[in-house]
Order: sequence, then C-alpha cells, then structure tokens
Amino acid sequence: MSFLTVLYACIFYAATAMFVGGLALKIRSYARTPAPLKIPTTPAPTTAGGVVLRMAREVALFESLFKSNKWIWLFGWLFHVSLLLVILRHLRYFTDPVWFWVVWAQPFGTYAGFAMVAGLGGLWARRFLVDRVRYISTPSDHLILALLIGIGASGLGMRFVAHTDIVGVKEFFRGLMTFNLQPLPADPALLVHLSLVALLMVIFPISKLLHAPGVFFSPTRNQIDNPRDRRHLAPWAAAQFESGAKQD
Amino acid sequence: MAAPQFEVPKLTGYAETPAIKENATAHVKSFPANAAIQEGIGFPGELVEDWHDKAIAKMGDLLGKYRSLRVFMDACVHCGACTDKCHYFLGTADPKNMPVGRQELMRGVYRRHFTFAGKYFPSLVGAKDLTKELLDDWYKYYYQCSECRRCSVFCPYGIDTAEVTMAGREILDTVGYGQKYTNEIMGKLHKIGNNLGLPGPALQDTLEGMEEDMLDDTGVAVKMPLDVKGVEVLLVTPSADFFAEPHVESLMGYAKVFHAAGISWTLSTTASEAGNFGMFIGSYANMRRAALRIREAALELGVKRIVVGECGHAWRVAYSFWNTLTGVGHGGEDPFSIELQKQLDPRYPAPQHICEFTYDLIQQGKLKFDKSLNDHRVITFHDSCNVARGSRMGDMPGGQFVIPREIIKAVANNFHDMAEETIGEATFCCGGGGGLLTDDLMEVRVKGALPRMEAFNNVVQEQKVNFLALICAICKAQFTKVVPYYGFDMSMVGGVHQLVSTAIQLESEE
Repeated sequence: MSFLTVLYACIFYAATAMFVGGLALKIRSYARTPAPLKIPTTPAPTTAGGVVLRMAREVALFESLFKSNKWIWLFGWLFHVSLLLVILRHLRYFTDPVWFWVVWAQPFGTYAGFAMVAGLGGLWARRFLVDRVRYISTPSDHLILALLIGIGASGLGMRFVAHTDIVGVKEFFRGLMTFNLQPLPADPALLVHLSLVALLMVIFPISKLLHAPGVFFSPTRNQIDNPRDRRHLAPWAAAQFESGAKQD
Repeated sequence: MAAPQFEVPKLTGYAETPAIKENATAHVKSFPANAAIQEGIGFPGELVEDWHDKAIAKMGDLLGKYRSLRVFMDACVHCGACTDKCHYFLGTADPKNMPVGRQELMRGVYRRHFTFAGKYFPSLVGAKDLTKELLDDWYKYYYQCSECRRCSVFCPYGIDTAEVTMAGREILDTVGYGQKYTNEIMGKLHKIGNNLGLPGPALQDTLEGMEEDMLDDTGVAVKMPLDVKGVEVLLVTPSADFFAEPHVESLMGYAKVFHAAGISWTLSTTASEAGNFGMFIGSYANMRRAALRIREAALELGVKRIVVGECGHAWRVAYSFWNTLTGVGHGGEDPFSIELQKQLDPRYPAPQHICEFTYDLIQQGKLKFDKSLNDHRVITFHDSCNVARGSRMGDMPGGQFVIPREIIKAVANNFHDMAEETIGEATFCCGGGGGLLTDDLMEVRVKGALPRMEAFNNVVQEQKVNFLALICAICKAQFTKVVPYYGFDMSMVGGVHQLVSTAIQLESEE
C-alpha cells in the first residue's frame, strides 16, 4: 500500500473523528445549557407544530434572511442549496449499489457545482464591496470562503476539465468505510480536493460553521410563545431561587 | 430645549443607510453608578482589582446558564444581514452600533478564552483580550443599545443582540462598573416600590388629584382606588403614569374604562411599578426580586386578575417572564405557583394587557364612545419594540399589532399607519429604551430616533398626522423630549388610552 494511500486514509479517519466528535460535543453543550427565560422573537408560533414549521422555513428557505437582505439571501441560498445537491450527488461514491434518488440527483448535483461557486463568489464580493461587511470581516471569513471555492473549483476541474480515476476514488472510500484499504489514485487535483474537504471537516466544529447546528438551538426561533399558559423554569433558577421559596 | 452639543440629523423624506464612521459615538458615555447605587442592588461599589479574571469567570458562568448566549457567541457568520437594522447605527453611523459590531465586542473575548481557534490563532478569527480599553467600549456600546430586538428579526439564526447586551451589562455590574441611571432606578424600585421613588402618601395624593380632575371634566365620580382588598383586578402600571405628561392622560383613561365597565379594581402602593429595569441589566436576581412585589400584592389583596398598563418593557417582563419569575400566569404545577394561580380567574389570561382588557370590553359592547371627540386628531401608532418583538396580545400571533390599532379605530375616526417596513415586527425603537432614557445619552437618543422620525415625518407631511399614539412609558417620555429636535411639537405625543379617555361615554353606564 502506497504511503499516499495510508496518509489520506489516516487524514480522513482523523478528520471524520474530529468532525463527528467535535460536533457531538458542541451539540451536547447547546442541548445541556438551559434557556431560563421565554425569549422567542414574536410574533411566534403558539404550538409545537408551529415552531417546527417556523424552523423548517428558516432552515430550508432562510426566511429571516429573505426579510433582511435580498442579495445576501440570493447568494447564500444559492450556495447552500447547491452544496446540498453536490453532497447528495457525492453519495454515489460511498454507496454500492447507488441509491436510485442519488442517480436521479446526479445531473442537478453536477451543475449545482457552478451555482455553488457563483454563490460563494457573490458572498465574497460583498466582503470587499459593502463597507459595513468589510468592517466585520475577519481573515478567517475570507479563508473559509477561499476554502469552499477551492473545494468547488477542484471538484469542477475533475468533472469538466481533467477527469480523475473516479472508480479508483470510489474504491478507496468504500475501502475506508469497511476498514479495507484500497489504493488512492495519485492525481494532484484529487489530492487538493480531498485535503481541502478534510480541512473543512476539521474546522467545522471550531468555527463559525457551527451556525449549522446552532440555528436549531436558537431560543428566539425554537421556543413556543406560551409563557402565560405554561410555567417555564430552568433547573438552575429553581435551585437558586425557589428551593427555599415560601410555600406555606 | 437647550441648544444641542451635536448635529441633529436632517429629515430627508427617505431612509438612508449611512457609510460607516468609526468611533462616531465613542465619546458618548453614560454616567457610571457610584458605590452606594451599586451596592444597593448587590454589586461591587467600584471596579474591582481583579476585574479581568472576574469578568471572564462571569462570562463562563453566563455561558453555562443561558443557551441564548452560548449559541449566539458561536453562530454568527458575519453575513451582514443585521448591519443596517439598528436605529442607533442608522442614526450615528458608528460601526460598533451595528448589531454584529456590538456583539463582536463580546465575541472577540469569548473566542480568546472559550474557543480553540481563539486561544491558538487569535488574529485569524478576531479574538481579543479583554483590556481596560475594551471594557470601556463594552460600557459605552452596551449602553448605546436599547435591547429592542429588531436585529433578531432579521438574523438568519435569530441572534438577539439584546441577549448579548444584557450579558455584557451583567458582567460589567459584576465587576463594579454599572450605569447610574438604570441601577439607581433599580434600587429605588427595591426600596420604595416604584422607579420614581414615590412613597404611598404621595401616591394617594396624586390619585385624589386625578379623581378631582376627572370629576370636573366629566361630572362623573371616577375612582382611583389604592390598596383595596377583595377587588376583581389589580392594575400594575409604570409609575410615570402617576405624574408625567402625557402618561397621566392614559392612567385616567384606564380608570374610566374600569368605571364604565363596572369592574372593581385597585392600584397597590407596594406594587406601584410595572417597569422592571432588572431586565435591562440582564440580572435575573434583580428582575425576580422586583417582580415578586406584584406576586405579593396580588396575594395580599386577593385579586382575581392582574392587568398591566401601557409600558413596553414592562409588558415583555409581565407577559414573558412573570410566570417564570413569580408564578403570575397559569399552568404551574409546583406549590409556589399554585399558591397564587388557584386565586386567579382561569377565564382570563394572567397577566392581561390593558389593551387586551379594553379591547375585550369593546368586543362585548360594554363601552360606548363618541368618536367625533377625537376628530381634531389625525393619529398614527408606533409599535413599541418590546411589545412588538418580545410579547403578544390576544390569542393570535401578531395580536399585539392588531389590538391597539383596533382600539384606536374604535375611539377615533382618523388613523393612518406609518410605512410598513417601520411598523409591526420591523418597528423602530423610539431611541430611549433599554436603560438609555437619561440626559447624559441625549446625543444617541436623538440620533437613534432618526428612523422613526423619518417615518413619522412622512405621515405628517402626507396624511396631516398630528398625534403619535403610544403604549409605552419610555416611548412617551423619549418622544416628548426628542420630537422637538426634529421640529415637531411635543403635544403630538400621547397614549392609546388617552384617546380612549377622550372619547369614552361615562353617562351611558348603568
């Protein structure tokens, strides 16, 4: 087995462990931290079903962002939806036989790659062109955009410019999944693509990419507007203030 | 009105987003609290020696207690959606008044101390050490936020800068760096029972004066009961209603509604304040302590219902937090809340807003109005931020927008809304909320009112509006003071129940 194959196998096992483990730790900390007060941004749904719908609109359509700014919404939504299609398309490299709906998503996912890079380009342009956004942009904001564009561009290059040995790639990843290492094709574009993806997985739980799990835990979006009908009390507040509260 | 020491923005007829001007309001700093004020509400009297470590420790404490803060510190992607949403940014152009700019003051320190990337690659992710300069920035800019939550409407993750501001103020208080205005009032509320420090006898006196005024005006003996046991309703209202103009006009309006409906009611000397500045400073302990006065008064007086007067943040605290803090509400399953809730009438929401109360009576046909008595007024309605985005009225989401407008339309003939993007959930703060209603912050108060003044000016020009109807004591005080800077007369400002008071027919009562 070549050094390259072992190296990338190690990289992907480590990246997956950091991605899954890091994200699990973060999600656990969000879930375990209580929200001591009812703070939904109103008007808010008064039922649990309403909250599910509100969150679904937020996650699928970026409802609040649409209210806020049509340009950011356009570029942001384009990027995220394209990324979703691209990821679905990539499932074909991890499944055998390929699921029928992944086959169905294939053409959409292929061209979504362009839309994804275009959306990212629009978001990046705003960081230079809008003075308010320029002011708040940190180096990491630029680098994450560069990373995502790098992933998109290297992927598109392999699909439309210089094909890589995609059958070999699939065998490598199927091998990783069954702990049965298969050789990784030594194509530079592929190595760049895979390195950047691994890097993205590693930084996910320690960066602003935490907005993905975060939105589901946002109390202004996930709370039911029913404070007059249900008493809502956090454990720490009950312990601090009501353990000795007069109950005579 | 003294000549301002700053440039008052010009009304142009359309809302503009300014180009950023760094440090435009870095010179605006409200007076810090002295030792007596700080210690009176349980905080150190002056900046403690080890303030840095104490502040970081407090931040860690709050991160463990408030999911909002924990999620909001991580989730921001610097997308820029909020950057043109804050009235203080629109009025001052200072980028630290952009919601994300204000949040970053804390997020930088959060990253430095609580994240891997900030500990090892601080400059890459914008992590900052908490220096004395940064602490001063916290103080300045966390007291240039009115906690109005407008940004939270527009953030794709619902990040609410009010939560960050509250945490910032709580940390500042914990290290002995509090604000005079808010904390002094907090202390008065604990000590005397209301924000103005009005003792019982003074209150009694004021109420008797109002009874005489109403008798002179209407020929009907409308009562203003105080500390009466066994009545139906306890009315809790902001103490400004007892003596400030135009607030008193609304208080008399509530009294006339109770009179006309024939529902027995009382005010309380010990619970003579609906306002609760504990929310402004993010202090759960102070907010709870203040709110317990209402619980105790309700238990002592044996009332069946609790109604809250026209006050924005008070209504948020009452509607959203009273059940949590004091058991004023329904659905409690623990002895502490059941003790009170078994006394409250389950047919009515607890607490109930005075607008819900009046609206229900109108719906039932129990109130009669002569709308023509308001014909000299052309009215518009300003949605108060805390009512709009932190509470509700009625059964339906958004009832807080419908009910006050329906009341106005029931008592007056001339009503016009301001532009849609400036009302409802997108309403602009008056510029004086959240603990900023103090003269030492006049510059940001005037500049922060700019977006509202633009929208108001447009209906004044186009619809001949001459009355700005409000349901918030702070809005009333702020606009009374600030509209003259923009060339309007302060008599244009008033309450929704002031309009009710003008039109209500007391003779028709049985």
